[in-house]
Amino acid sequence: MELKLLLLFMVLAAIAAVQIKDLLSSVIAVGAVGLGLSLAFLILKAPDLAITQLVVEILCLIILIRATINKDLPLVRDGRWFFNTASTLLFIALFLIFAYFALPELPRFGQPIMRVAQEYIDKGLVKTGATNIVAAIILDFRSYDTLGEATILFTAVMGVLAVIRRVGRINEK
Amino acid sequence: MKNKKEVGMTLIVKTITRLTVGLILLYGIYIVLHGHVSPGGGFAGGVIIALSFIHLMLAFGKEAALKKLSQAASSILESLGALMFLSIALLGFLGGYFFFNFFLHKGTPFALFSAGIIPLCNIAISLKVGAGLFAIFAVLILFKSR
Amino acid sequence: MIEYILCFILFCIGLYCVLRKRNIIKIVIGLGIVEYAVNLFFVLIGFRMHGRAPILAKDQTISNMVDPLPQALVLTSIVIGLAVTALIVAIAIRLYEKYGTFDITKIRRLRG
Repeated sequence: MELKLLLLFMVLAAIAAVQIKDLLSSVIAVGAVGLGLSLAFLILKAPDLAITQLVVEILCLIILIRATINKDLPLVRDGRWFFNTASTLLFIALFLIFAYFALPELPRFGQPIMRVAQEYIDKGLVKTGATNIVAAIILDFRSYDTLGEATILFTAVMGVLAVIRRVGRINEK
Repeated sequence: MKNKKEVGMTLIVKTITRLTVGLILLYGIYIVLHGHVSPGGGFAGGVIIALSFIHLMLAFGKEAALKKLSQAASSILESLGALMFLSIALLGFLGGYFFFNFFLHKGTPFALFSAGIIPLCNIAISLKVGAGLFAIFAVLILFKSR
Repeated sequence: MIEYILCFILFCIGLYCVLRKRNIIKIVIGLGIVEYAVNLFFVLIGFRMHGRAPILAKDQTISNMVDPLPQALVLTSIVIGLAVTALIVAIAIRLYEKYGTFDITKIRRLRG
């Protein structure tokens, strides 16, 4: 029950984040969505994810506020709104059609299909010695995923440094 | 009103920061080191370590934080974390394959020194995530529009 | 089943924000909401009613754990989302410096 209330709160905060005109208020509303997600992870029995989502949300909020603060915004008028709205509704309708066909195939809420994970739970302690099964999965059974994640993070840091840096631009005066 | 040499926030914020920033850093290290026995791990701990330095930067201004950990040092630390992770993975060839858990005796469960390579990987990932996110934030702060 | 439907609604709100809005910061916010919805959907699939967190406890055997595999996948996905958000914000700041606006149609008009 509390999970449904929390999801409803997240939906309302997301609508507020999309519709508010002021950008700083919008960023703070999306922070409310992220913190609600952190609480939802805690209710869904995923404490690792709750801790990570909490701290990541704080850092994300600081970065977004850095982007929006001290920027006086010209008022954005909506031109060509009919075409934009029509294409948006088309994409959402497409997604909803696929979701309607996929919904009966999903496992019922609260009864997961655990073919692979049951083996991880049974043999995790014997094979790795770690009592936190999530840590055992991400760093022992499925380390390739973590290696790919490390590569993506490295590439993102390189990308930010390359986009922001000023040295080496001779033509720009 | 404002003294010219004074950078950063007010005296109250600075005093509270001086008291709490060490505790935040210590909590991040605790989360990293206990990642295999309790919730947490390299990702969350790395972000908390980065947040402690960002806290310092927000309260004291950018020079004070960059004196503690400069931008070049954070780049080097991030690369060091990536190399450490990769070398741990390559050391698995001692036992036959990539990412082999090469400690034969895994230690007693629920102890700090247990679980083979998992704590070492946690430390490598926390170095990588923490230094990388701090480098991103420092670059975004240092960028000034003309 | 209501949980899945609310998660889909959250995804639709994010999709609407990405496709309809013309401010770059709004697009970043929409991408963030879409990412939250996908992460939440993964964890919702692995939830077991009256289950326990996937952490072993001393001197007791736990039979009803929730599924740890989606949690492990989502854990890496969260940090990737933060890095991608930082990258988009860097590009947005650069565009603001060059064109003086966050409006994407004006940026398109000033090309060349």
